[in-house]
Amino acid sequence: MFRAFLSQRVGTAIALFARLVTAVRGVWHGVDPVPHQRIYFANHTSNGDFVLIWTVLPPALRARTRPVAGSDYWLTNKLKTFIGREVFNAVLIDRNRDTRTNDPVTQMVSALDDGASLILFPEGTRNMTDEPLLPFKPGLFHLAQARSKVELVPTWIENLNSVMPKGKVIPVPLLCSVTFGAPLEVVAGEDKAAFLARAQVALAELAQEAAR
Amino acid sequence: MIVHAEFTKLLTGVFAILVVATVIGQILKARLGAENNVVENLVARINAWWGMVVLLALAMLGGQAGVVILFALLSFAGLREFLTLTAKRRADHWALVVSFFVILPVQYVLIWVDWYGMFSVFIPVYAFLLLPIVIAVQGDTDGYLTRVAETQWGLMICVFAASHVPALLSLNIPGYEGKNVLLVAFLVVVVQLSDVLQYVWGKLIGRHKIAPHLSPSKTWEGFVGGVASASAVGAGLWWMTPFTPLEAAGLALVITLMGFFGGLVMSAIKRDKGVKDWGHLIAGHGGFIDRLDSVVFSAPVFFHLTRYFWSVA
Repeated sequence: MFRAFLSQRVGTAIALFARLVTAVRGVWHGVDPVPHQRIYFANHTSNGDFVLIWTVLPPALRARTRPVAGSDYWLTNKLKTFIGREVFNAVLIDRNRDTRTNDPVTQMVSALDDGASLILFPEGTRNMTDEPLLPFKPGLFHLAQARSKVELVPTWIENLNSVMPKGKVIPVPLLCSVTFGAPLEVVAGEDKAAFLARAQVALAELAQEAAR
Repeated sequence: MIVHAEFTKLLTGVFAILVVATVIGQILKARLGAENNVVENLVARINAWWGMVVLLALAMLGGQAGVVILFALLSFAGLREFLTLTAKRRADHWALVVSFFVILPVQYVLIWVDWYGMFSVFIPVYAFLLLPIVIAVQGDTDGYLTRVAETQWGLMICVFAASHVPALLSLNIPGYEGKNVLLVAFLVVVVQLSDVLQYVWGKLIGRHKIAPHLSPSKTWEGFVGGVASASAVGAGLWWMTPFTPLEAAGLALVITLMGFFGGLVMSAIKRDKGVKDWGHLIAGHGGFIDRLDSVVFSAPVFFHLTRYFWSVA
């Protein structure tokens, strides 16, 4: 009870802080902020990424949207565990193929079956290169196969990589935006490589749109 | 808290203008329809003006503390918009952190304690030399000069120049003691009214574009009409300043001209960076810099002219 109250307050405080630093603006370019079940798949350059998406979602959508995050990062200390588990209600997946006991896709599917929407970073890790996107991991494909009714919404986060580059602690106040594109169309019989390439192109094109 | 009779009089006038503007906006909306883009933008602008006027008035009622804090926050918002568009790389992280969390607050503390000798050189000298050092020691030389120069430019415009508005409170003008906040009001009213009147004249009779590449909405008719009428209003406000009507007119003319060219310069930067507005936080106006560009360019000149000719040490 107290923890639930606390985690709600901490969540509001984090969102407020994100707004103070980045004045983040949500741009609903290809979809409207309506309560459809969705997977928001986004570019990943900073640990603050899902915070920004979460901040621009209307509260009703926010409550049922869960970020997918690496347990190898979020379960390393008590504060991170509290924020990851309680505040953001993250679906924590183990990114280490060799040692993990849970299958990430099974975990994500079960979250979808509970009615949650997901925030997913298909690049799998933070992009430190000068390329706009790293190659996508196959998880998005498997989710699309398993639950084809869920909307796959490309989501481009602009500028957060300058606010808080990897390894830096103090954020620089710069304006950020989160642009939501049109959901991916379902193409019957499409193989994994073609699907992932199409998803990646959709996100890269959205980046061009956001830069305008 | 001291409320000068002049301040009350000015505020009454400004509110009267806003009421008239609001009524006109609503009439246009009823006649031309809410879907008309120009009218929609006009109504949004007028609504935002109400907020800005109330905020400014409250800050001025708070005296030096109010004005210093307000402009420190405006500098923060402006610098955030400016540095969003400038060239930067990972190696600039510390320089940016220092700009926001050291240079900006220090400049406003110097303004607060009236240390003229320091606040007038802190950014042009100390920050100017410190920032390239902070960036150079990171070792990333790709676009080095551009990154250093654009960051310094942001500080000069959004922090140094903007801080000359609250710096007006530090002037010591014989016979005008305790009233300096009215100088701030004079500057802000003249420069913003000039922007508004240029817009109004331009919309009413504007035909000949003055700088089609930079700012397609600016016309010769708007420029001449706006500058002339705002200078006339400035002359008419002499009673709240230490100036004679003629001096007030001259200073208002300088303020409006600097304001006009400030808008032009900041538009050039926007075109260079490929954006239409600096930000999105003030509905109808764009970003903070879109509203502050003219103030920022006129404030230092107005400050130094007033200091040189009217102030004693």
